Amino acid sequence: MAKSLGPVKRKFTPWTDPNEKPFIRFENITKKFGDYTAIDDLTLDIYEREFFSLLGPSGCGKTTLMRMLAGFEDPTSGRILLQGKDISGVPPYRRPTNMMFQSYALFPHMTVEKNIAFGLKQDGLPKDEITARVAEMLKLVQLSQFAGRKPSQLSGGQRQRVALARSLAKKPKVLLLDEPLGALDKKLREETQFELMDIQTKLGLTFLIVTHDQEEAMTVSDRIAVMDKGIIKQVATPAEIYEAPNSRYVADFIGDINIVEGKVTAVADGKTQLDCGGMKVAVVEEAHCAAGDEVAFAIRPEKVSISLDPPADGTVNAFHGEVWDIGYLGDFSVFIVHDENGRVMRAAQANIARLVDRPITFGDMVWLTWKAESGLVLTN
Amino acid sequence: MAADTELSPHGNPFRHLVVLIPYIWLLMFFVAPFLIIVKISLSETAISMPPYTPVFDGFATIKDFISQLDFDNYLFLTEDPLYVDAYFSSLKIAIISTFLLLLIGYPMALGMARAPTTIRPLLVMLVILPFWTSFLIRVYAWIGILKPEGLLTLLLQTLGIFGPDEQVQIFRTDIAVYIGIVYSYLPFMVLPLYATLEKLDGTLLEAAADLGCPPMKSFWTITFPLSIPGVIAGAMICFIPITGEFVIPDLLGGAGTLMIGKTLWTEFFGNRDWPLASAVAVLLLLALVVPIAIFQNQQQKS
Repeated sequence: MAKSLGPVKRKFTPWTDPNEKPFIRFENITKKFGDYTAIDDLTLDIYEREFFSLLGPSGCGKTTLMRMLAGFEDPTSGRILLQGKDISGVPPYRRPTNMMFQSYALFPHMTVEKNIAFGLKQDGLPKDEITARVAEMLKLVQLSQFAGRKPSQLSGGQRQRVALARSLAKKPKVLLLDEPLGALDKKLREETQFELMDIQTKLGLTFLIVTHDQEEAMTVSDRIAVMDKGIIKQVATPAEIYEAPNSRYVADFIGDINIVEGKVTAVADGKTQLDCGGMKVAVVEEAHCAAGDEVAFAIRPEKVSISLDPPADGTVNAFHGEVWDIGYLGDFSVFIVHDENGRVMRAAQANIARLVDRPITFGDMVWLTWKAESGLVLTN
Repeated sequence: MAADTELSPHGNPFRHLVVLIPYIWLLMFFVAPFLIIVKISLSETAISMPPYTPVFDGFATIKDFISQLDFDNYLFLTEDPLYVDAYFSSLKIAIISTFLLLLIGYPMALGMARAPTTIRPLLVMLVILPFWTSFLIRVYAWIGILKPEGLLTLLLQTLGIFGPDEQVQIFRTDIAVYIGIVYSYLPFMVLPLYATLEKLDGTLLEAAADLGCPPMKSFWTITFPLSIPGVIAGAMICFIPITGEFVIPDLLGGAGTLMIGKTLWTEFFGNRDWPLASAVAVLLLLALVVPIAIFQNQQQKS
């Protein structure tokens, strides 16, 4: 028998199961600060053991939503259910949630050990149990040899680990992470993302993470809620969010995308035909729209091929123009192509071979083409 | 080359002078007067001008001059219980007052630090406002309030708590001294505490609450330990001058209020015993070296 190599990310889709009860439910939540509406009639279900991201630009209400779950803010209207029970009015110190703060909020007058033990002490656990649990947590975040240090004697990455250990020590039902990796540099951030996923799988906890970093959300989450101005735009898996965004906003917020405004000419036979100011586009999908509707056609640059030779059929799903600019990103090159009407389209190509001489360069007239399966029709 | 030296900061002779200024200041206005006081404290009282001997009159007679100095005054201070009592009474009053100041000042400072940011400057100004009136006038005002036929009696009689013949009997007692001291020194306690508490990161309290700590408990586990530098600063800034306080016990205190500042004044002006008064002053300073050292140490740490 093959030996197990540890926890493996399993197929996990409780949100598709109609019998599954949500673990956390935000029900018609509205939050107003004076005249300002931070959250507007929001409903959201999160399931047990899910790694759930709230993603959006600053000021979209994602942190407010998390703070309401922690108990630091009360919703103006609506209710929050945890395992089916309304937790409105329960003070933060009685909620089974723990939070890892963006600033880490480590107690500066306590050692690493005391910081981690703080929550356990509040529960009045026996001393030896606290000691054992703290040791376990220190081991989990690989900080055992720093137990006696004060937070000021640690590096940013170490502090972040102490904050994580402290928030995990009480085995919360839900761990809330507020921009947990924002202060770390890119490399450490990426490492920590995988560690977080590992810990979450190992401990079997529900994680709710707030972030404005789409890459982070894509990497760690089971599902992502994309927020804008107090409203959830889309809740879906990272792949769905990327491949099938439901609106111009989500498509534009996640990753790079070409968006061209156009008109529907026909919806039939499993296809939607568009006319984008003379450019004919066909998409394999019967979009929820009718001929004559104003919609947008969207396609990711990496799904666009670039060639110096004209395609067999240049009348549909093709764009002819001049290479205006080339962005060399190392793994990818992005070609920015302008056509005679001033329309811009981007195509990304993986740099499979080492770039000695580029076959396509500035000023070349090129053809951009894509498959009918690759594009999207955005009606919102 | 010469121009270079002139421009370089190391070549500028005035640079050294600037560094010297605070030392010269200290030498002229602290060290020199203090040495004079020490010298007088080792002298003997005399009916002359100045009222002590020996008087330094040149280096020719310096041997004779030094031989006349002795520690008699200090010995006398330890022998007469009046002085020992005055020391301990001063320390007692200073300790109790500092404690009362903390008790009143801490909640005030905490309230100010937790107030909305927009009204904080106003609150700070209100704390400083009493300084716009002379300290002496404010202490005199307390006489008007506390004296038997004063405003406090009038208030209590108007409210019906006191009968028409009853009067408040706290003027010229220790209680009046405590009231005067606490009132006068409150800003010196509140401001350092406020400065510390205002800097306290509010998310620490949220983190404590999040980890299951109710607000009252998080005050003692988070807020208070982190405000200790402010507590020490406020306590020392109040304790040190209260120990030597003279005006408040003189104006509000009674015959039974023993404070070293008052004793010193009596020796100096009442009995015209400059040497003994100087000895009292020197011992007072020595007694305060310990709290001053604590204060300095704390300031350096933060």
